[in-house]
Amino acid sequence: MPPQSRPLSPHLQVYRPMYTMVLSISHRASGVFQSVGLLLLAYWLVAAASGAQAYATAAKVFANPLVKLAIAGWIVAFWYHFFAGIRHLVWDAGFGFEKPVARRSGQLVVVLAALASLFTLALAWRHLGGGA
Amino acid sequence: MNLRSPLGYVLGHGSAREGVHHWWHLRTTSAALAVLGVWFLFAVLTLPDLGRAAVVAWLARPLNAVLMVLFVWTAVWHSALGVQVVVEDYVRTKGPRVLVLVLVRFIHVLIGAAALVSVLKLALGGKA
Repeated sequence: MPPQSRPLSPHLQVYRPMYTMVLSISHRASGVFQSVGLLLLAYWLVAAASGAQAYATAAKVFANPLVKLAIAGWIVAFWYHFFAGIRHLVWDAGFGFEKPVARRSGQLVVVLAALASLFTLALAWRHLGGGA
Repeated sequence: MNLRSPLGYVLGHGSAREGVHHWWHLRTTSAALAVLGVWFLFAVLTLPDLGRAAVVAWLARPLNAVLMVLFVWTAVWHSALGVQVVVEDYVRTKGPRVLVLVLVRFIHVLIGAAALVSVLKLALGGKA
């Protein structure tokens, strides 16, 4: 048997990171992150339905700085996935594949996601900010 | 010794005939979530506070309960379809892949059932 000298199929690591490619993998990452966040959503609703004591316990969990940070991250992930998802739907409809257009739409997604995140985080600050 | 040609292995199986269904539902749920997700985010963030009384009163209103049921349902569905694609792409060995796929589906159904029953309990006036 001769040694296998044929090239393997390329892995992500061998590419020089391009921002369009980083945007693409971020779409998945933000989606999976939000999926994990569904656990928190379900816990919050179950606690609310279970009674005052269960809700008090949940409130302590949600007051944890790490959980607050995760929720802030969820908001950012939501807006990124929202705008990147719309970009994907436009592609699915058959538009915007040209290289310059795809680059511009990628930049637009990042800018819009950042603006929407800042606005929403400002709105969320009274819940997420501070020590309470 | 096997005399079947590589081509012989792949001919005649046809497609799984499920791809379009999955693809289409991922898109329709995404369109629904573009509305429901934004509604959920702003509805929660504009509540007077996030104490239990405020949340219970919020879900006691039928319109909120209906939208919340739709949001949870669609979000869990979209998430299950999306995570499925990620698993199919990254878990290459067949045995573990099937196992992870079933596990992911079970977890999603569990999350969805728990969240929906809770919303319905608050919506239908279970005073707990």
